[in-house]
Amino acid sequence: MSTKKVFESFDAAVADIPDNVTIGFGGFAVVGQPVNLYGALAKQGAKGLICVSNGTRGGATLPEDAPTMEWLIQNDQVKKVVCAFTAPTRASQRLVFTEYYESGRIEADLVPQGTLAERMRAAGAGIPAFYTPAAVGTELAEGRETRFFNGREYLLEEALPLDYAFIRAYQADSFGNLRFRRAQRNFNPIMAMAAKITIVEVEEDILPPGAIDPDDVHLSGIFVHRLVKVPPAPEGWWPMRPAEVAARNAALQGAAR
Amino acid sequence: MSDTKGLSRQQMCDRLAMEFADGWVVNLGIGIPTLCSNCDFGDKAIIFHSENGVVGYGPLAAPGKEDLHLVNAGGQHVTMNPGSAIVHHADAFGMIRSGRIDVTVLGAYEVAENGDFANWKMAGQKGGGIGGAMDLAACAKHVFVAMEQTTRRGAPRLVERCAIPVTAKGVVDLVITNYGLFEITPEGMALKEIAPGVSVDEVKATTGCNLIIPREVPPVRLRG
Repeated sequence: MSTKKVFESFDAAVADIPDNVTIGFGGFAVVGQPVNLYGALAKQGAKGLICVSNGTRGGATLPEDAPTMEWLIQNDQVKKVVCAFTAPTRASQRLVFTEYYESGRIEADLVPQGTLAERMRAAGAGIPAFYTPAAVGTELAEGRETRFFNGREYLLEEALPLDYAFIRAYQADSFGNLRFRRAQRNFNPIMAMAAKITIVEVEEDILPPGAIDPDDVHLSGIFVHRLVKVPPAPEGWWPMRPAEVAARNAALQGAAR
Repeated sequence: MSDTKGLSRQQMCDRLAMEFADGWVVNLGIGIPTLCSNCDFGDKAIIFHSENGVVGYGPLAAPGKEDLHLVNAGGQHVTMNPGSAIVHHADAFGMIRSGRIDVTVLGAYEVAENGDFANWKMAGQKGGGIGGAMDLAACAKHVFVAMEQTTRRGAPRLVERCAIPVTAKGVVDLVITNYGLFEITPEGMALKEIAPGVSVDEVKATTGCNLIIPREVPPVRLRG
């Protein structure tokens, strides 16, 4: 059964994604972001998607022409985004998503980041709902169920199950056991546990079973269904150093003039 | 352009960082607060926690030396100190919700005299940017705010009541602005220290709530 998890291409790994499904996209500030899977899904064209992700753009280690959720948004593939940011963190930035959201072309559920993570963790752990102190007393809690425990008020939050999780990992064996590197872990194992089907872009060559010591596995292959090795650039997308990103962006803008 | 009178952003963060105690776990919001990781802590061991699961990060990486797998909550390439650990997002927020964070330093649009603050959306804005601020504000043992004394248009950011939607109610302990250091007390907002070159009258004129002001306001303590 094991080798069936290994797919030859990103296109093959996303070929059967239907319309109107909920997909979690992992990563935080580009690190662990499924850049190549964004590109493949934009090409594949599934519509009516509910996309779950911390944000829609990413950080400083990808150039302007790299695939992000913005590709799906501009393709009119996205119905709703569940996220911790509908607006950029800097006033000088503009997000494609912000424009689509503010003009009513896309819906959004704005969720505190820890609540977003915990709602998926709960889904992956078989817990239907939980109470959190985050957002109590704010606009987000208006009209919603709260309850006092030990004298403190908490807000009821429901689990957020996913149909698919698209994530990126450092190492995988053919059973789907994963290791992440540094800050790459972020939302990725949580989204995988919350999803029915997890598709992983893997940075290193996919290893035979046993090559990763069981004690070193960060996410069990139980939660992983499809693996694709990221090919070298330029066929595959890899994070770049900030100076390389700046040079590429300058070249892109020069070409556009 | 915002008012450049008084303290620089680094001086604001240096002053707040003097309040960090040895062994504290500190979470820094994006914007001005990130400068708190540049401070000299002397013999104090400070553990920087980031929402994306990096516990124990160090100074920013030198250009060309970035580890492309390693960023802080602001997406900046950082380094790791000996003893660092990596956890996933749910564990990083588990640390926050269960009270393991001694202080979070956040930016804000407004802070009210009752300790309410607002930093996730502007007046009339649809949506906004929450990030981890609501979880941190509700659960950190201390909430410090670092922000400019006024908006770009000169309106006070220290106010009686927040006019824009709050991030959390009654949680702020300490505020540093370019004009001075302010403490939220049960009696209201107190001016504790004043920036060099700024008068008490200037502080009062740019503050939108009553201030408790001692007869002699000491200058903001600055290093060396």
